[in-house]
Amino acid sequence: MSDFLAAQDSAGHEHAQPRSDQNRSLWGDVRYELMRNPVFWVSSVLVLVILSMAFAPQLWAETSPTARGACRLENARVEPSAAHPFGYTNAGCDMWSSLVYGTGKSVIVAILVTIGTVIVGVTLGTVAGYVGGFADTVISRVTDIFFGLPFILGALVFLAIFPDRNVWTLTAVLTMFGWTSLTRVMRGSVISTKQKDYVDAARALGATNFFIIRKHILANSIAPVIVLATIGLGAYISAEATLTFLGVGYQRPTVSWGLLVAEGQNLALAGFWHLLVLPCAFIVVTVLSFILLGDALRDALDPRAR
Amino acid sequence: MSEILTETERRSNKSPLSGVSFDGSAPLLEVEDLEVEFHTRDGIAHAVNNVSFTLREGETLGILGESGCGKSVTAQAIMGILDTPPAKVTGGQVRYRGVDLLQLEEKTRRHIRANKIAIIFQDALSSLNPVFTVGWQLGELYRKHAGASRAQAKSKAVELLDLVGIPGAPARINSFPHQFSGGMRQRVMIAMALALEPDIIIADEPTTALDVTVQAQVMTLLSDLQREMRLGLILITHDMGVVADVADKICVMYAGHAVERADVYEIYERPAHPYTKALLESIPRVDQKGQDLTVIKGLPPALVDPPPGCSFHPRCAFARDRCTTDEPPLYEVPGNRLSACHYWEEVLES
Amino acid sequence: MGRYVARRLVQFIPVILGTLFLLHVLSVLTIQIVGDPVRALFGENAPPEAILEQLRANYNLDDDCLEQTGNPCVRLFVDRLAQYASGDFGINFRGRSVAELFVERFPVTVRLTVIALVFETVVGIFLGVMAGLRKDKLVDNFVRFSTVLLIAFPVFVFGTLAQLFIGLELGLPLRDSERAPEWLGQMLTVTYNPEFPWLSLMLPGLVLGAFSLAAIARLTRTSLIENLRSDYVRTARAKGLTSSRTVGVHTLRNSLIPVVTYIGIDIGLLLGGALVTEGIFNIPGVGQLVFLAIQANDTPVILGVVTILTVVFLVANLLVDILYAALDPRIRYE
Repeated sequence: MSDFLAAQDSAGHEHAQPRSDQNRSLWGDVRYELMRNPVFWVSSVLVLVILSMAFAPQLWAETSPTARGACRLENARVEPSAAHPFGYTNAGCDMWSSLVYGTGKSVIVAILVTIGTVIVGVTLGTVAGYVGGFADTVISRVTDIFFGLPFILGALVFLAIFPDRNVWTLTAVLTMFGWTSLTRVMRGSVISTKQKDYVDAARALGATNFFIIRKHILANSIAPVIVLATIGLGAYISAEATLTFLGVGYQRPTVSWGLLVAEGQNLALAGFWHLLVLPCAFIVVTVLSFILLGDALRDALDPRAR
Repeated sequence: MSEILTETERRSNKSPLSGVSFDGSAPLLEVEDLEVEFHTRDGIAHAVNNVSFTLREGETLGILGESGCGKSVTAQAIMGILDTPPAKVTGGQVRYRGVDLLQLEEKTRRHIRANKIAIIFQDALSSLNPVFTVGWQLGELYRKHAGASRAQAKSKAVELLDLVGIPGAPARINSFPHQFSGGMRQRVMIAMALALEPDIIIADEPTTALDVTVQAQVMTLLSDLQREMRLGLILITHDMGVVADVADKICVMYAGHAVERADVYEIYERPAHPYTKALLESIPRVDQKGQDLTVIKGLPPALVDPPPGCSFHPRCAFARDRCTTDEPPLYEVPGNRLSACHYWEEVLES
Repeated sequence: MGRYVARRLVQFIPVILGTLFLLHVLSVLTIQIVGDPVRALFGENAPPEAILEQLRANYNLDDDCLEQTGNPCVRLFVDRLAQYASGDFGINFRGRSVAELFVERFPVTVRLTVIALVFETVVGIFLGVMAGLRKDKLVDNFVRFSTVLLIAFPVFVFGTLAQLFIGLELGLPLRDSERAPEWLGQMLTVTYNPEFPWLSLMLPGLVLGAFSLAAIARLTRTSLIENLRSDYVRTARAKGLTSSRTVGVHTLRNSLIPVVTYIGIDIGLLLGGALVTEGIFNIPGVGQLVFLAIQANDTPVILGVVTILTVVFLVANLLVDILYAALDPRIRYE
């Protein structure tokens, strides 16, 4: 409120609030905003369900579709029924357990890529923004160059050359093309924080660079990173599934959503809808959950957007 | 300002203002019991409460107060440019030449702006549109209000820049706001306010963002133009020095209330409200060098949840029990002044 | 403006060289790690070594540096650049020139991309403005909800579902029907039909543009809301301008600046997405060329086409940057 009126009224800064106070109320505000936002609750519950499917699929489906004898060809493409509400895949596996066991394939890659891009992006962005000068020039130009390569196209070239693709190759390639945007955001945020008076004050008081980065720069830049990382999880799930669909991601006999959609595409046109619609629904709900969670976090963390 | 103004006059016969009967003998501007509320997440903020004042031709009224006291909101309410929602004018009148502007239709009221009442904002860099040239932004007023052609508007823009003392005006009209210095940009804002020769100019902290030397230049320009054109000027500021130089009358605001109104000499001589007194005492003075500077303790109250009684009592040196319960009315103080303090006599004498 | 364009052009050269070099280094590195794609092409039944040698020579894969892991093969890069400059982007495993294949197929991809771009900008900006002007009202909530939903649909999911439900279930009865106009049926089709070079690209174009439509709508909305609160819009109101002029002239132009920046990035997304849409809807464009090359393990085609598309992307971005400067004087006088 006081902020708001200060913006309405335009006089000087003679009544700036003490910093620590503002800081505490900021995070308190964030919690308050999140708690009363239904989107936050719905999306976090969904995210928890998805994460549990990824790391403990046996909680959700008894048998893995890759277990011996789990799939029977006579069940191929059987449509949903009361006993098996999700029906069977083209290979005669239970669709539900295929989808549940496929969750991990996408989610784990997305988590690894997010961790990778956050580490690379935060490090390079901080160095570029804080050190400036030559380091900034080099990092910014390299970022520009990576940015010049469209994401899917770039990833595709390298994955296509690899004869077999697994979690690690997918992670490596997606990280390689995904770190740029976080680096740019981080750099911008660091530069704007660096110019704040309290950073000058800290420096004048003899604070070390390490202290300033840890205490001021990272603390102030953490909000956009959290938001971007959350939305990024959704985006990388989508990217992995797309690459797999195109044939440069996971390969059979791995069970993954992208492969199920690729398989279902033509069969759906022949009348077996569930082969396409169900894996699509899983992908969309998962991506949506992460985006909504990121959105809720952004709304809470960025008061201007309210 | 020759040919276009005749055009303005010609058009004004059929302009939306022709249906409004202004009373030439009524004061230029009378604000009476103005009330503005903001609807926020934390509740309703009473930004302006029962504020009244009068402005006559050629007069300068200073509105003085700390940030957040409601002075800019008052200005925007007079202009009719508050963001609604969250803001809402909930009561009072704003009479221009006897006509209550708050009752006018938006279509009519729009023509009062810039034509009759214009405003100068504090931060000229953010108040000018970054993507259009200064000449275009000035000329727009002539094109949209006076039906000028682009060429006419351009030559009027050059005249205006000349008037406010911007060197090389014919070339400068093609520059963008960010290409001017702070002082020059504020001159552009002044030019924009003067363009349609209004009767009233509201200057909302016109020099706060400028260097001290530039501040003086801009203030001199503003008061010279005000005298030449016999404008009614409302000068909003938190700087007692600025008002002392140019204002005839002063209205002191605190937490959305007008707490004291008086002629400028009287107020500086003998304030009748503890807040005004405290403000005056907090100005550093050469003759008191070495002594501790008096400061007003505490912060202005949150407008969502103002203290009961007199809103200044938590910070007031004169406060008694009564101040925590009874909201003071505006007492008449000898010398045609008003003060919202139960103990104004005591303040006057101290 | 002229100086700005000149400076942008000068900056463009290192970026395009850098990007091509990056593409080169990464592909060389991958070949060094996983081995020769020519042998991988034939798998078990490898033809005589002499033929493999010949093929390697044809594809520029016979350089010794390709066997030294970690060597960036700068000489090979210079050779490749010279080839690119003369319009030679290699040949596919059947001996056809990649550049020729590209030129043959490019017009279809351009048509598809244009449909997507027009659709996403017109509808996206419109929705964004509607939502921004009526913040927190019904329209706004609808736009926010539907755009989040759209963003959650990867192109291939949206494409396959649209093909099934719109192209087949809705479109087939229309195409079979006597009464429905032919253009309507062709607009909602399962595959590309060369007899209707624009109409039959409508559905794939909408699919391709859907994600960015949502992004543009949200971007327009946010930036409009932010600008409506800005000081210069307050000034415009204080100038007694009509509200349509305040929004249309003083707010919209500023609000479109970030949208223009986004379109630059978006062209990269569209080129990637074209690959997916063209694969799904069987559109004989450049994307399908890559799509088929992936299935045939035809690495030189993938590398060649991606190289050309990268150049297209960078040039498009350069044009967008110039447009950006035209909209925002603060940039061009920097």
